[in-house]
Amino acid sequence: MNHQSCVTIQREWDIVAARQLGRDIARKTGFGTVDQARIATAISEIARNIYLYARDGKVCFDVIENMDQKGMSILATDSGPGIDDVGQVMEDGFSTSGGLGAGLPGVKRLMDEFDIKSEIGKGTEIKAIKWVR
Amino acid sequence: MRIPILKLHNYLLISIQTEIDDNTAIQFQEDLLNKIHETGASGVVIDLTSVEIIDSFIAKVLGDVVSMSDLMGAKVVLTGIQPAVAMTLIDLGIHLRNVPTALDLEQGLVKLRQELGD
Repeated sequence: MNHQSCVTIQREWDIVAARQLGRDIARKTGFGTVDQARIATAISEIARNIYLYARDGKVCFDVIENMDQKGMSILATDSGPGIDDVGQVMEDGFSTSGGLGAGLPGVKRLMDEFDIKSEIGKGTEIKAIKWVR
Repeated sequence: MRIPILKLHNYLLISIQTEIDDNTAIQFQEDLLNKIHETGASGVVIDLTSVEIIDSFIAKVLGDVVSMSDLMGAKVVLTGIQPAVAMTLIDLGIHLRNVPTALDLEQGLVKLRQELGD
């Protein structure tokens, strides 16, 4: 039952579509209300970054089932300009868009595992995992 | 999509019932300020009981609309923030420190009356 679902992020409404689908999958995976909200909010932040900075990308969801734990992974990829200083965007309060600067460090706190890779001129890939408690 | 704004005496009441996308949030900000201007309302309650997600953008729009209304002379109280939403906001690092809040619509109206001295 390990099939992947993806949402393409090109328009503003796709942000809502991504978090709705993500929340749905989170609920079916067995996450409680609070973790569903955490996952959906993390997806919203990641998808908005794609929309604002890369214009084109996608967010994919996977259900992970191991022997002893169950979880959900979010994989976001874009072919945008890439991030020059990944360390800087992971600092609290850093924002180039005039937002709250809560973005990626916030996502890291909402999820259990978080990994970002970026290459200038090629794009950015973010992978985050939440485990069912 | 527009969020309806109801007038009750000198207050405006808003209950957000739909999933808010960025455009709807910005449109709401503008609509609310225009409505305050039009009606001369002195207090506003924005009820968020049905809102399941507040991300950093929506939080910024809500925080801003409180400051903007304040500049116009109207007090805004946010009510009904869900436990899951409150936890998520703090995880995100959003504290909305200068935003008046209350448990529900009823408490929100009590808070407005106290603040405005009505």
